[in-house]
Amino acid sequence: MEISINDEQLKALLSDVLDIYGYDFSDYSHASIVRRVNRLISLDKFPSFAEFHFRLRTDAQYLERFVEEITVNVTEMFRDPSFYTALRETVIPEIASKPFIRIWHAGCATGEEVYSMAIMLHEAGLLHKSLLYATDINPSVVEQTRRGIFSLAHMREYSENYIASGGKHDFSSYYSAKYDRVIFNDMLREKIICSTHNLVSDRSFNEFQLILCRNVLIYFDKYLQDRVLKLFDASLERLGFMALGSKETMKFSDVHPSYHQLGKEKIWRKKK
Amino acid sequence: MAQEKVKASDRLVAIGGSAGSLEVLLCLLPALGQINFAILIVVHRKVSNDPILRDLLASRTKLTVKEIEEKEVPVPGTIYLVPGDYHVLLEQDKSFTLDYSEKVNYSRPSIDVVFESAANVYADKLVCILLSGANADGTEGLRHVKLHGGSTIAQLPSASDVPYMPEQAILGKVVDRIMNIEEIIDFVKNF
Ligand SMILES: C[S@@+](CC[C@H](N)C(=O)[O-])C[C@H]1O[C@@H](n2cnc3c(N)ncnc32)[C@H](O)[C@@H]1O
Repeated sequence: MEISINDEQLKALLSDVLDIYGYDFSDYSHASIVRRVNRLISLDKFPSFAEFHFRLRTDAQYLERFVEEITVNVTEMFRDPSFYTALRETVIPEIASKPFIRIWHAGCATGEEVYSMAIMLHEAGLLHKSLLYATDINPSVVEQTRRGIFSLAHMREYSENYIASGGKHDFSSYYSAKYDRVIFNDMLREKIICSTHNLVSDRSFNEFQLILCRNVLIYFDKYLQDRVLKLFDASLERLGFMALGSKETMKFSDVHPSYHQLGKEKIWRKKK
Repeated sequence: MAQEKVKASDRLVAIGGSAGSLEVLLCLLPALGQINFAILIVVHRKVSNDPILRDLLASRTKLTVKEIEEKEVPVPGTIYLVPGDYHVLLEQDKSFTLDYSEKVNYSRPSIDVVFESAANVYADKLVCILLSGANADGTEGLRHVKLHGGSTIAQLPSASDVPYMPEQAILGKVVDRIMNIEEIIDFVKNF
């Protein structure tokens, strides 16, 4: 019989993770975190919740695994091509005249979205004056973003997404393949700054013209969603752009009145 | 927020389908009059961001058909469609949470994930119906539904376009009742 933790157990677990290690998951969406914890207990074959709980409390290395597995790091290049088309055609031309372009990918996972952005900036002739900040709570995916190494098996799909989003070049010219992996070109990697950053507890660290935070807010409860949107608001220049995942919205947040949405994509622009 | 004042439906019919299930939905929806519960539909589909399925279903019924929005609460009389490329989970207050995690049974959305989460929240106020399909998705979800006191229905395999999916559930001994399309329509109308 699979183990399924109850509310009290979850509470005790998360409060220990906060007290001992400083990671605060208490305002994450309950249903998804319960599912992730149950999944981890079963993946790692713990005979009981108590044993899992004990291990987490006493083994700092296991905490790393916990953070890696509790967070959902699934991502793709040029996912939702129409979203990237909107970036290419509407957002990039608006920020093109800036002397220096700063973009923040919050919750970048393994970096596929960041490399997609770098490719588009390159094609717009703007990469030389751009910096892409890629951050995530999970140190192991931040490291993967830094390396820029991906599985060759995905490249066909990504290339199709790239073309669907309006890409006109040979997608394979952006990486070199070795065995079953590819590594993206230095030209792209040099412009990406990778760092861990926890949206729950870390602060704003710069001002950006564009912030992307896609498919991260869905893991938070409403209260935390709103708090994080305020953090983004504080990190976004006047007339800057905020991009969310295709099922996420700013609509219910306190900062919403100072933004207007661009068309039907989940991109908002900060008013003057 | 306006949504929070709305009272969540206290009963739920969840329908899972894959290959060959669309025609069942297109028969079922026009047959429904007013309903005082919510319906949740989770189907496997190829293109993730297309409104076609919603529009098609909406054209067959007077009930509201909508793709689920993040943290929205299901209300009676509305049909909710799980968006392509996301799983959907239910919170204790019955609101929906979208989830972009690993595929389950090669599928996102996965019927297992959605049924299981619905069972945790709706318990015995839940009926899950598994329709035609070529995948083994749904069986584990139905097992969970039964465990939590909900009822489970599979489409009669011989009357299904692709019998594999309901067949797997029946072989897995997780199905309370096996029904053809007419019986499913009657059942949902009188739920
Ligand atoms: C589903 S991925 C989204 C990846 C990408 N943005 C996309 O849409 O394809 C969600 C990411 O959010 C990260 N995340 C979760 N909680 C976070 C937090 N508190 N601070 C920063 N990142 C977080 C996870 O580690 C994960 O990599």
